[in-house]
Amino acid sequence: MTRNTIDSPQDGVIFEKSHRGRSNSCQAPQLNATETAVPLSIPASLLRKSAPLLPEVSEMQAVRHFTRLSQKNFSIDTHFYPLGSCTMKYNPRACNRLAMLPGFLNYHPLAPVETGQGFMACLYELQEILKEVTGMKAVSLTPMAGAQGEFAGMAMIRAYHDARGDTARCEVICPDAAHGTNPATAVMCGYKVKEIPTRADGDIDIEALKEAIGPQTAGIMLTNPSTVGVFERRITEIAKIVHDAGGLLYYDGANLNAILGKVRPGDMGFDVIHMNLHKTFSTPHGGGGPGAGPVGVSERLMPFLPVPMVDSSGDHYRWLTRKDRPQSIGQLSAFAGNAGVLMRAYIYARLLGREGMPRIAEYSVLNANYMMVELQKRGFDLAFPSRRATHEFIVTLKRQAKRLDVTAMDFAKRLLDYGYHAPTTYFPLLVPECFLIEPTETEDKETLDGFIDAMAKIQHEAETRAKMVRAAPYTLPSRRLDDVRAARELDIVWNSKE
Amino acid sequence: MSNAPSHLRYTRSHEWIETISDGTYRIGISDHAQDLLGDMVFIELPEVGSTVSASDECAVVESVKAASDVYSPLSGEIIEINEALEDSPDLVNRDPYGDGWLFTVKASDSSELDELMSADEYVVLTNEE
Amino acid sequence: MPFIPHTETDVQQMLTSIGVSDIADLFDEIPAELRIGSLDKIPTGLNEMAMSRLMHERAAGPQPLCFIGAGAYEHHIPAAIWEIVTRGEFYSAYTPYQAEASQGTLQLIYEYQTMMAHLTGMEASNASLYDGASGLAEAVLMAVRANRKSKSKRILMPATVNPAYRRVAQTIVENQGITLEVVDYQPGSGAIDTASLPAEPGDVAALVIPQPNFFGVLEEVNGLTDWAHAHGMLVIAVVNPTSLALLTPPGEWGEQGADIVCGEGQPLGVPLAGGGPYFGFMCCNLKHVRQMPGRIVGRTVDADGKPGFALTLQAREQHIRRSKATSNICTNQGLVVAAATIYMTLLGAQGLHKVALKSHQNRQALCEQLQMIDGVTSAFASASFHEFVIQFDGVSADEVLDRLLAEGILGGFNLSADYPALGEAILVCATETKTEADISAYQSALSRVMETLKGSAA
Repeated sequence: MTRNTIDSPQDGVIFEKSHRGRSNSCQAPQLNATETAVPLSIPASLLRKSAPLLPEVSEMQAVRHFTRLSQKNFSIDTHFYPLGSCTMKYNPRACNRLAMLPGFLNYHPLAPVETGQGFMACLYELQEILKEVTGMKAVSLTPMAGAQGEFAGMAMIRAYHDARGDTARCEVICPDAAHGTNPATAVMCGYKVKEIPTRADGDIDIEALKEAIGPQTAGIMLTNPSTVGVFERRITEIAKIVHDAGGLLYYDGANLNAILGKVRPGDMGFDVIHMNLHKTFSTPHGGGGPGAGPVGVSERLMPFLPVPMVDSSGDHYRWLTRKDRPQSIGQLSAFAGNAGVLMRAYIYARLLGREGMPRIAEYSVLNANYMMVELQKRGFDLAFPSRRATHEFIVTLKRQAKRLDVTAMDFAKRLLDYGYHAPTTYFPLLVPECFLIEPTETEDKETLDGFIDAMAKIQHEAETRAKMVRAAPYTLPSRRLDDVRAARELDIVWNSKE
Repeated sequence: MSNAPSHLRYTRSHEWIETISDGTYRIGISDHAQDLLGDMVFIELPEVGSTVSASDECAVVESVKAASDVYSPLSGEIIEINEALEDSPDLVNRDPYGDGWLFTVKASDSSELDELMSADEYVVLTNEE
Repeated sequence: MPFIPHTETDVQQMLTSIGVSDIADLFDEIPAELRIGSLDKIPTGLNEMAMSRLMHERAAGPQPLCFIGAGAYEHHIPAAIWEIVTRGEFYSAYTPYQAEASQGTLQLIYEYQTMMAHLTGMEASNASLYDGASGLAEAVLMAVRANRKSKSKRILMPATVNPAYRRVAQTIVENQGITLEVVDYQPGSGAIDTASLPAEPGDVAALVIPQPNFFGVLEEVNGLTDWAHAHGMLVIAVVNPTSLALLTPPGEWGEQGADIVCGEGQPLGVPLAGGGPYFGFMCCNLKHVRQMPGRIVGRTVDADGKPGFALTLQAREQHIRRSKATSNICTNQGLVVAAATIYMTLLGAQGLHKVALKSHQNRQALCEQLQMIDGVTSAFASASFHEFVIQFDGVSADEVLDRLLAEGILGGFNLSADYPALGEAILVCATETKTEADISAYQSALSRVMETLKGSAA
């Protein structure tokens, strides 16, 4: 089988389309005739000697180039994108349109708050909504991504222990199935990481937890529903064990979609959580960001929240800074985080309202359980067959890999040919040849059925034409890419010498 | 069933150790380890002249999908590193027991060698995995 | 139901397939005592029409003429940029984990890396970090890892670096035992005093050099870079990307150039938007590339030998390296980077040079006019980019700014809290967006304000 696209001269990098002297005079300011091209007020030793290599193309060339690039992407707007742990749900257009009103876009972050009360009101109300839906006592919106929220959370745990003079706590416990950001974050906060195993039924091994915990434990980082797609049933008991040992519980909000409006991390006993607004609150993933990772805390961690936060007195809103909150872990961004992302999340939350939030959990869980059961009926193996799916679940293709030499990666690439973005592959690491599948609540039944059919067809292909499946994809802008070459012969910057 | 030459000694973390001369040992990673990691793209080696203790992390072998620490099986001084790996990390895949060696240690306590596994013991270990 | 497509028939068929009678049954693994009732403090849902009305009301209001910079800059943003960036194929895609299905995003990042590397005069760039401030924190962590000659965790951090950046760096690096030692500036010039740098600074991992610095003043980057290298330090450059169309790129500073370059990407086509999302850029030379945090895209070939793009050097990252990763960073600021890439493409080197030059000229004109006003002095006479500091004699900066706002002008950023030694002082910015009329408007408004305040004081 061969590629069904035709290579076009339009497909090169932008620099190959560049022609010296071509410029968009409409986009740049006009200089007065009297103004010199060299600023005399700046010493020559500080001036650039040769112009940087930037493209010289017309406006239309630029628009066509980047529009064509966009068409080489799978996206939620164009494809089913069941990427587990990422919550690729529909991003309502209204959220984008309304967050981009000129009054918000032109607002300078250091302008007096009197000139941005409408903007501040949105952020304040978002703080309140997130508090209520997570059961936490206070929220700071400032972390700019989930990983920065994790950092803020662990830094608060450290600040809490330090403030009590409890400085011997040097370890953080993470389940072996945790997101890679969890251990990386703990280390950034100066902690050592202790991993505990996951049991065959997907729950944490409580005996191992009891063994690992002690006076050296600063806290535990958990995701619930966990990264293996099941609800941790003994969470209350776990919280008690950790609290009794003097540790705190950190909640990774990656999987909040599954329980929104049904059960709250605060009620489960968590002391600090981060939320991924680009997941649960449907702000765009944007090809890898920007996200937003607000943090919520229980009573005892309130003094340590990162600044700035929004405060309200009557109908006036203002920023709280380090001056107002001297025990704060401090500032995480130059201004107030990814404000434009927060605005989109706010609009989404208001469109849903209190009645819309539990429906998110209900229908995302319905979709996941339906897919799980249907795939099992078609002969696929589940990693945790005795459990309910949450908003996601794991299929393991270990049998196919062993018997047919067709791996999860091969299934993933072949799915692309069928017009479906692949689920998350090879995460969590402890399930071999796995697919972590998260359909989200915004997908209709026909789409789910189409995906299930495609999986069954690929299974059939794997049995009859394994070699063909191993070389997929065939219908995309690129065939399978040589990532060994990408790393060995590093080409990360285009040079005109070529 | 992996290939493990009988004249070498091995660790549980998949390093091999070859006696070069009395007190000097060459270290690499086993065929089994390179096979698990896949195509090597980068090898980070210790500095010549640095001292290490047994089971210190002292090198990193990196493939596209994984990065793994290499632990020094012996205490002592690093006296030589395999500079060819800088340009050709794939030597570790092609010839793990020969041109793909990592570094040489002048051991300060040769009795540590007794802790290491024989080829037969190592093969049993890898078959269990 | 908003954004949920299921019909009653769909739901019944799906429940039958699963073998339960009600959606509630799907939550039976959650202990009953943990389940909650209604979320009383959250308002009920609005439809799009009502929400649109609410947001238009909140976005309404006067939009004063803005002369504030201090880390976020008003530049003209060509219309094409956000039209393309908000196309669903960019807007609603995720991190390019499946390279074959993400060639658009990947190629764009490769082009971005190329532009940033050439702009800064370095060999490598990552796919971006969260913002300029957190980017500086990551640069500090990187310098400590990358400086093989030094065992030190000391970083020299000039007082002329944006105070917000210094605060963020402090928050992020302090738990790893890294200390940020302040290097003071010369009161007359507003720049680091190269002559008073210690002859024996001891073991230090890196020196941070801002260009332009927070006051808009240009530092003696060549001498500072050579001094740092002579003492075994790495050089971290914190730069404004617009200014690089005009100023020596960090890769050419001194004899050897800077080692790590970071900064705020917002001036490249990103709206002010109340402070974000912006993006931080980071560049370095190839010898340090494995110590760089964040995503990196590489060009390679596919199974047919055709050029294509993929994430590379992933073993540095948290999803593989876990507790030993270079950083916990996962995403970058992809969509904002797309805007910057299109911005640099539309402007090209010539256009960016015009933006930088026009901004500089407007700054010169405004500074000259304002310091002619009685009671207003320019704090530093040094060469500057597009900002400057003015001091008020005998009147409060807050008072001046309030009164300017009443005249429809955001006059600048009050420096009194961060730099008490400057007295009543503000930082003023003029970019290419300001016309002669705007500059005159500021001048006459400030004249009136000063006259009134002086009059009431006397």
